Amino acid sequence: MLQKKKFSDYSRSCIVTYAIVIAAFIIISVLKTMGMLSSLLSGLLVPVCAYIVAAIALNLTVGIMGELSLGHAGFMSVGCFSGVLVAQSLADVIPFAPVRLVVAMVIGALLAGVMGIIIGVPALRLKGDYLAIVTLAFGEIIKNLMQCVYVGKDVNGLHFGMKDQMALGMDAATGKMLINGPMGTVSVTKISTFTSGFVLILITLFLVFNFMNSRTGRAVMALRDNRIAAESVGIHSTKVKLIAFLFSAMLAGAAGALYGLNYSSIGPVKFDYNTSILILVFVVLGGIGNMRGSIIAAAILTVLPEMLREFSDYRMLAYAILLIVMMLANNSKFKKNFMEKRNLKQLERKEAAARKEATEHGNA
Amino acid sequence: MTFLSYLINGISLGSVYAIIALGYTMVYGIAKMLNFAHGDVIMVGAYVSFYATSLYGLPTWASVLVAAIVCTVLGVTIERLAYKPLRTAPSLAVLITAIGVSYFLQNAAQLAFGSSPIVFPSAVKFEGIRLFDGQLVISGITIVTVLACIVIMIALTLFINKTKMGRAMRAVSEDKGAAQLMGVNVNSTISMTFAIGSALAAIAGVLLCSAYPTLQPTTGSMPGIKAFTAAVFGGIGSIPGAMIGGLLLGVIQILGSAYISTQLSDAVVFAVLIVVLLVKPTGLMGKKMNEKV
Repeated sequence: MLQKKKFSDYSRSCIVTYAIVIAAFIIISVLKTMGMLSSLLSGLLVPVCAYIVAAIALNLTVGIMGELSLGHAGFMSVGCFSGVLVAQSLADVIPFAPVRLVVAMVIGALLAGVMGIIIGVPALRLKGDYLAIVTLAFGEIIKNLMQCVYVGKDVNGLHFGMKDQMALGMDAATGKMLINGPMGTVSVTKISTFTSGFVLILITLFLVFNFMNSRTGRAVMALRDNRIAAESVGIHSTKVKLIAFLFSAMLAGAAGALYGLNYSSIGPVKFDYNTSILILVFVVLGGIGNMRGSIIAAAILTVLPEMLREFSDYRMLAYAILLIVMMLANNSKFKKNFMEKRNLKQLERKEAAARKEATEHGNA
Repeated sequence: MTFLSYLINGISLGSVYAIIALGYTMVYGIAKMLNFAHGDVIMVGAYVSFYATSLYGLPTWASVLVAAIVCTVLGVTIERLAYKPLRTAPSLAVLITAIGVSYFLQNAAQLAFGSSPIVFPSAVKFEGIRLFDGQLVISGITIVTVLACIVIMIALTLFINKTKMGRAMRAVSEDKGAAQLMGVNVNSTISMTFAIGSALAAIAGVLLCSAYPTLQPTTGSMPGIKAFTAAVFGGIGSIPGAMIGGLLLGVIQILGSAYISTQLSDAVVFAVLIVVLLVKPTGLMGKKMNEKV
């Protein structure tokens, strides 16, 4: 009897998610090599991967920790700019692009993690809407600060400044801007590939699924479900929440690095409040706490506006209406009844199977 | 003297934030939802007032009235169609729907009015007053904005505290179920709240665009976020809190951009907000709720 069930429901659900991601990767790769993917769609592959990772990261905060964060684009921003900076300045040291990309993503994740701690220590003392508004505020502050950052490189090394390009005092002949204030990154060598994005998604899933099932992950979920009960059994609320938030920030940072290295130029305004909201929309629409849902929602909602291009001017209007209708349908009575009926049927089937097994055992 | 004029500008901007924040805070207090579309109602109000004046030649007061009526209808319609079916849904679902409505309004405005910014003629023709031999100029719009803010504040406080509807609102915000048992019509009370909030948003839209005369479909979103911040700053759900939060936020923003850095003025605003929330997590005027096990 016990032998029959090899995997728990949890690991089976994880395996299905891995399988979906891998299958999607194989199908898209085959389509791409056969040339059946429009240039528009293949241009979207890396951003989709980055958004998926960011959505999983945010889902860790919103779904697993149960706290609303409206500033995750800020972490992407930190990851993006530090990652691009590292990749660009190491271009001569590490000529092999994939290794450079990995280094960029690791540094991006680390710096975003540092930012996560700076934000998390004060913010996680707050709850609910207040936490949301503080994360929103931090996101805006990061955007504002990034607009004042100037970094250039010449023969002498890197130059940092907060004023303008002239103030860096670079060598005129060899000086090259890497990050140019409000203009953002400048003439980046694009080294992000679909494969790297896919690998990042797999690593993210692996880390997140294991985290959810770890001691800390379970402690975070216990805090989400009942803070007082969890604290009374000795869970250190601030500490475990900070670990989860840090983890979430680091993943968003890695996603930012992947995203930034896919474009030759990207400005800090890209990672504003609207991007944070966009990622939140992926998470909520995909199902809060459901990683598979986040992946699917991020993929569909990134591709959908592009697919709606034939409506041209009405594109974003259609997107807005779809968003509202999906939310209404998701919470409608109709769906509730449907889900209840389905659950009832599943229960009946399980019971029937159990009864059948019991009689078979009895016969044997 | 320059400090004084910055301060007056700050109070003027802060009054606009305060009027917008009232809408946020009332809706939050009663429906327990963050109405992210509120900022875009401001934009609609400003557009309606602009076209009422320029196309139909209505006088200023009439165009503001028309804008307020249109926004009231809009606010109530949004509530009926998008928020009411989600009354029992999780709060994040309502939040996302509100974001959807916000996108919808922005894009509908873009189709209806075009995306290029238009120059909004000031609703106040009055020149303003000059003090200290013209060293200190208080513009007409500043005076009107501050006066409007004070009048709205007093009227709203009286309405909430003295009328039957106001009492119903307070009851619903305290306990929806108990209010319903006492014979309060919860749905119409919530609709009323949206109506008042949206009418205030229309007035705020006209005042905002009179002071900062560019109008485009995204005009409302940043002031919306700032006003929301102001509402949290003052303690969300509290009407005097929204007022004080709005005024402080406006003053901090103007002084920050004058004395620290124009680019970083938003960062300064948000940094002050964070510090306030860390010291007093329920906002300046917020009530502390004790948690029961």
